[in-house]
Amino acid sequence: MSPTLMPTSIQPSRDPAVQYVLRLADTCLILGQRLGEWCGHAPVLEEDIALTNTALDLIGQARALLTHAGQIGAQKGAPLLGEDQLAFLREERDYLNVTLVELPRGDFAFTVVRNAMVATFLKLMWQRLAESSDAELAAIAGKAVKEARYHQQHAGDWVVRLGDGTAESRQRVEAALESLWRYTPELLEDDAVDEQAAASGLGPRWSELRVPWLADMAMLLDEAGLVVPKDSAFRSTGKRGVHSEHMGHILPEMQYLQRAYPGGTW
Amino acid sequence: MNAVAPDSHAARIAQVWAVLADVLDPEVPALSVCDLGIVRDVLPQSDALDCALEIVLTPTYSGCPATELIERNVLEAIEVAGLGPATARLQRAPAWTTDWISEDGRRKLREYGIAPPCTLAAGDAVPMRFISRRLATQEAIACPRCASTHTTQLSAYGSTACKSLYRCLACQEPFEYFKPI
Repeated sequence: MSPTLMPTSIQPSRDPAVQYVLRLADTCLILGQRLGEWCGHAPVLEEDIALTNTALDLIGQARALLTHAGQIGAQKGAPLLGEDQLAFLREERDYLNVTLVELPRGDFAFTVVRNAMVATFLKLMWQRLAESSDAELAAIAGKAVKEARYHQQHAGDWVVRLGDGTAESRQRVEAALESLWRYTPELLEDDAVDEQAAASGLGPRWSELRVPWLADMAMLLDEAGLVVPKDSAFRSTGKRGVHSEHMGHILPEMQYLQRAYPGGTW
Repeated sequence: MNAVAPDSHAARIAQVWAVLADVLDPEVPALSVCDLGIVRDVLPQSDALDCALEIVLTPTYSGCPATELIERNVLEAIEVAGLGPATARLQRAPAWTTDWISEDGRRKLREYGIAPPCTLAAGDAVPMRFISRRLATQEAIACPRCASTHTTQLSAYGSTACKSLYRCLACQEPFEYFKPI
């Protein structure tokens, strides 16, 4: 792609359908980026491989979704944006991932608890999106649901192993659960973007995943001997573009190459 | 390869399939792209005998780094065999499943030292249960070396996203298992 096609920053379409797809795309993308940080740092080699393979799946899903979000935007009259432009050339406020996935990776317990939360959410979401009125989104979901299920199984096994492990592992997994839980309502509530998606058959209101998500998580935590934390009044707002202070630090690392060498490929 | 110019669409398509049967998967070179079930269709784009062929490919994993390489290798093999022009189209739905790996492919995997995937139970047919360690008795994965089913999982992920790592408790050798998806 020539440099003239890669301006310094781009703005995605504000269309609700584009936003609905970008919320998912960015959630996959940013968690993939966070998991990639474990490359070479996981406690054992097997988990190094597992976390980076999970990251690879998530980034693959994000690529398909970003490409599709760009196409929906173009159908609605915006300029056509490709996956690389959307991944690397947006400003912070135009990323619509949930805040949960941008939090620093923490320790291994924090990582597996978050992975279990997000994989459970994504599995339920992909199951619903496989029925989307949008054939391309349904096709992406039909493939991704199998991957999310494997991620959920793997992360869940670790939550049980740590919860039911030593005093140290249990204390760490409890602390992780406690600090992450208050970011989960953002996954389970809806707004105007969801209304449009539900009306057009694009996908479910995120609030429709609340009951099955809580059921899956309750089963997992019970197996791990952990208690479902109390609800909090705190609400994170990443999916509306208002992020935590951590988001601003991910982007320079992620975008460095395209910012320094516009249009660079290899 | 020095192909005789095919005199019909059917002959050309048959030659293309024969050529693709020798295009290997870059990450599991025991299998061809046909054994894996990645090549879904070969479609002539018009009635003309020298028309472009559309090769329909279904990628395996969303994040498989070999997808683009496979596409390139497929088109190159057709070109080299003089059967072009051809273009590739990625088709996501229906999603690729290990059930599409041919019987021949399963045999080749075993000979290569990778346990072939078991047949897939549809989606949520098997309820998810979380256990702290995968039980040796949970899945009867046969060792590709000695065929014992007395095996245990070492790691959920192996050298590529599509495999996990097992150990045979009978012959003590580690082996890879192609995960069913």
